[in-house]
Amino acid sequence: MSDPVTFVAKWLEAYLSGLGLASGWIAVIMAALGVIALGSAVLLLDILLVWVERKVVARFQDRLGPNRLGPFGLFQPIADVLKLLLKEDIIPQGADKFVYNLAPILALATVIMLWAVIPISATVAGSEINVGALYIVAVGALGTLSIIMAGWASNNKYALLGAFRMVAQMISYEVPMVIAILIPVILAKSMALTDIVESQTVWYIVLAPIAAIVFLIGAQAELGRAPFDLSEAESEIVAGYHIEYSGMKFGLFYAGELLHALTFGGLFATFFLGGWRGWGAETYPILGIGYFLIKSMFMYWVIMWIKYSFPRVRIDQMLNFCWKFLTPLILTVLSITAILDKLMSGLPYWAYVLGMLLSNLVILYFVYQAVGRYARRERQRVADPEKFRVNFPVKSTASPSHLP
Amino acid sequence: MLQDWLFIGLMVVIAPIFPVAALIIPQLLAPKKPNPLKSQTYECGIETVGDTWVQFKAQYYNFALVFLVFDVEIVFLFPWAVALNQLPLYGVLVGILFIEVLVIGLVYAWRKGILEWF
Repeated sequence: MSDPVTFVAKWLEAYLSGLGLASGWIAVIMAALGVIALGSAVLLLDILLVWVERKVVARFQDRLGPNRLGPFGLFQPIADVLKLLLKEDIIPQGADKFVYNLAPILALATVIMLWAVIPISATVAGSEINVGALYIVAVGALGTLSIIMAGWASNNKYALLGAFRMVAQMISYEVPMVIAILIPVILAKSMALTDIVESQTVWYIVLAPIAAIVFLIGAQAELGRAPFDLSEAESEIVAGYHIEYSGMKFGLFYAGELLHALTFGGLFATFFLGGWRGWGAETYPILGIGYFLIKSMFMYWVIMWIKYSFPRVRIDQMLNFCWKFLTPLILTVLSITAILDKLMSGLPYWAYVLGMLLSNLVILYFVYQAVGRYARRERQRVADPEKFRVNFPVKSTASPSHLP
Repeated sequence: MLQDWLFIGLMVVIAPIFPVAALIIPQLLAPKKPNPLKSQTYECGIETVGDTWVQFKAQYYNFALVFLVFDVEIVFLFPWAVALNQLPLYGVLVGILFIEVLVIGLVYAWRKGILEWF
């Protein structure tokens, strides 16, 4: 009884082979049932997330949040879904109908697809392909596509502007984020997410704290959440890429965004917090599911915490931060990690962990100093722009840099 | 191994069915009373002027080009990272040299002002 998922799977497999089906068909049916079970579980979690998000934002803003329907307002998201299902489907004039309808489908489907490779417990993982990390990168990039499709097809200038911003932001932050994923891959010597989790006798956040921080910042930008929510900056471009969407189509974008945040929480837990690992998780795999959910929910909460605590940055600040700070930093960390990993491969594991941690702390110290110096310089530059003018080959025609 | 890819393949087929189902149910339940006034573009609250698909800032294009270089680089780095155990120190250093060549590219773009938002 310690592993109900495998128990049910075994029983089903035995039942199907008892019916006299060929083993190939049994594999197909089992995989299909697995996909449907995983997708449904993830979507049920998604409905709960609507409640979690609203309740937590309410607490951050010193409100109560939904508290009328059911205990603690738990039935609020169900009422929301029912309402959205009854809304009329409006397609704005001049919209590119096919792309307009495809965008919300893609927004949710790509997020569900990400869950295919995430190991949920010691015995439960959708798929154990040996290029899991690369799959995450590839499918994660499809999410960008849904946003540019939505912005482009809406026949709305502000939506298009939101889509442009989102794409500039997502492609920029994908570089440091993907390199941050490379560091757990180096430490585990495998791209399979199951192997990455199994090799974490010490959580990788201890071995690679900088990579973890960069991954979290990259995730925040990839999700388009504050401080990087320029794509849906209400005060500037109405609502961004989904202005023209209403009813269930808007609901799908909303659900996709929430689930995407939880997925990134889950990915952070998998790469840096040891995934399902915890006390007794190997002998009782059902505990692993609990540990995994707790860790991902915690990271989801951290993402929300950042979202509701930071003001929005300007687009030039956002791109500068990525290209001139995060990318050089993570490339340095990657080089040092690779060399240290090679040099320390003969040492006992505790020395290896200590070496990695110390190297990260040294880098962090220098980065702290450099950022402090840069901030001082920048403050002086803003106070007295003429003294610090940099002459770039491309002549700026004196237009202020904060125009969209 | 093949079974794992079967799961991915079925995932790609079945995952879009959930949102598609969520879009079909309103088609059956929701009222359908379209009229030209209702389906006008909302835009920002006032009437739309001119065409939507207009020219946009070329700056977005520059960033996309820089991104492309790095993204291709990362694809090459993944196999290098996995095989790090089997590589001699020389192999690791060559990989790092490859990264540094791209860092030079980044510095070049930086000095050229590609990374500035005008």
